[in-house]
Order: sequence, then structure tokens, then C-alpha cells
Amino acid sequence: MSKFKKNKGGGTPAISTASLPDIVFMLLFFFMVTTVMREITLKVENSKPFATEIKKLERKSLVTYIYVGKPKAAYLSQVGGEPRIQLNDAFARIKELQPFVITEREAINEAERPLMTVSIKADEQVKMGLVTDIKQELRKANSLKINYSTRKGDVYED
Amino acid sequence: MPKRALPEINAGSMADIAFLLLIFFLVTTTMDVDSGINRKLPPWTPLDEIPETPPVKKKNIFTVLVNSSNQLLVEDDYMDLRDLRSATKRFLNNNGDRSCTYCQGSLKSPASADNPLKAIVSLQNDRGTSYKMYIAVQNELAAAYNELREELAQRRYGKPFDELGDLEQKEIKDSYPQKISEAEPVSLG
Repeated sequence: MSKFKKNKGGGTPAISTASLPDIVFMLLFFFMVTTVMREITLKVENSKPFATEIKKLERKSLVTYIYVGKPKAAYLSQVGGEPRIQLNDAFARIKELQPFVITEREAINEAERPLMTVSIKADEQVKMGLVTDIKQELRKANSLKINYSTRKGDVYED
Repeated sequence: MPKRALPEINAGSMADIAFLLLIFFLVTTTMDVDSGINRKLPPWTPLDEIPETPPVKKKNIFTVLVNSSNQLLVEDDYMDLRDLRSATKRFLNNNGDRSCTYCQGSLKSPASADNPLKAIVSLQNDRGTSYKMYIAVQNELAAAYNELREELAQRRYGKPFDELGDLEQKEIKDSYPQKISEAEPVSLG
């Protein structure tokens, strides 16, 4: 009549999976909160340059994106291999930039218009000529707050 | 009526449902936070309407040129990208007219900037410069300002710049105002 009976021949007890849903839900909520749905399909190559002195872009609703880079392989036959500008879902010419920025600005609540930022997401292989043209167009459209989109990392490595 | 215990709802499949949702969000999520270098463009003025600006002394201007083969010419000398940050810091922190009371370890060279308030960095690039190099240069220039501000914040308040209040941050920023001027585009060859 020992109090400490040996568990003979019991095998390993089944691990309780009752808390599994809780764990999964925790992960689920984490991803639901952090997720940002990709709104556009990228048609240009976009490997951004590295920089260290970077600031986060706040207020996503006030940010307009301009993608610049070489067209992806699937579009090479249509538009050629020269770096192009992509606005929303389509390739655009430099002349279309000004009306685009102005319409984007019109869509923003009037009080917050001065806070609008244009984020230039250019591929690191792009030449400055194109980027300068974009900057000149932005100046003409009087959209002066810009952000050069970069990745965090060392600038020296090749 | 006899009391009957409520039959327990089988929650075994809850995990499956949660997994399904989890996998959906895992696939659609993009973790990149948008970040980059913030800059402000000058307002557009047609070439013939550029207003007369008061002349700036040449020694107060730190010229940085980048040509189409991504080479740097700083103050009429070739320079490696790695040296740009320290050279910029040296220039910005120079105390030529000895009016800067908070500049520490500065050169006091009469041939360089009078004080940090007057120092201007002028950046010019060619149309053929690669965007990568341009960002690298912008980054180094910004880093020079940030390092000087960080050092001043540590000296004055004993705290990193990021942990200061808005007022103190503004004061530090005004001590080393970021004046990066970009010339109208030209071809440097």
C-alpha cells in the first residue's frame, strides 16, 4: 500500500493540445495587426539602395509612391529595357507624373495636404538623370516633401 | 426534469480554422516598413525668374560633385566615399570666426566655414551618376550632421539625441542646421 505507485505499463501520456488554438490565435493576431496588403503589382525591378540614416515613413495614407526601375522580364517586349516609371499599376511617361501627383493630392483631406510625402522607390541601378527629371516634375507640381526609399544597411559594400 | 449537463462543444477543429487564417496572413504579409531619407525640394522657379540671392562666402560652401563614373570631387579634390563623412564633419564643425561656443575639437581654420550656422553643403551630381551612389552620398552627408548633433546632445544633456524632448531636439537641430543645397541639374561629364 505504497502511496507512490509506479506507473507501470502506462506508456507516455498524451500531450494536451487544448492550448494549441490559443497559441495559433496569438500568432494569427500578430500577423493580422502587422500585415500590409500589397496594393499594386510591381512591374519594375526594385532593389532599393542601402542607407543607415533612415527615418520611418509615418501616416501611410499621406504617402504617394513612385516606382522607378528596369521593367521586369515579362514586360521587356512591350516597353523595352530602359528604366521606366511606374505609377499605380501602369508604366507612365515623365509627363504623366505632374497630373498624377496633383490628383493624388486632391484626394487628400485639405488640412493635411501640406503633409503629403512622395516616396521615390527607385532601383539602385537607375541613373540619376531619370530621378532628377522626376524631382523637377515634383517641384513643378509643388509637391516638395520627398523620401528616397532605402533599405537599412551599409552603404559601402558593392 | 432531471438536470442534464450541457454537451460540450467540440473545439478540436478550432485550431484548424485558426491555422487556415494564420497561413493566409502569413502569405499575404509583407514585413517591410517603409523607410528612407527624407528631403525637401526647393520650390520650382523658372530659370529666368531665379531671384538674386545674397552672396555666400566661398569658404562657407562645401562642394561635393559626383560624376557619371560615380567618382567624388570634394572641394576640388578626389575623395573616397569612406572619407566623406569625416571631411563633412570637419567642415561643419569648423569654427573660423570663433563665435561657436559649443563646437568641440574644431579646427578653427580661417579657410573653412565660419561656424556651423553658416556652413552650407552643396551637392551636385551628373545625369549619369547611379542612384545607388547618390543615396550613399546623401547618406554620408546626413550621417555627418547626425553625428555632430548626437555628440552635442551627449555633451549638453548627457542623453542620446533620440531620447530628448521636442524642445531640446529643436535646439540641437538649430545648433547644427542641415543645409544641403542641390544645384540645378547639369552635365558634369
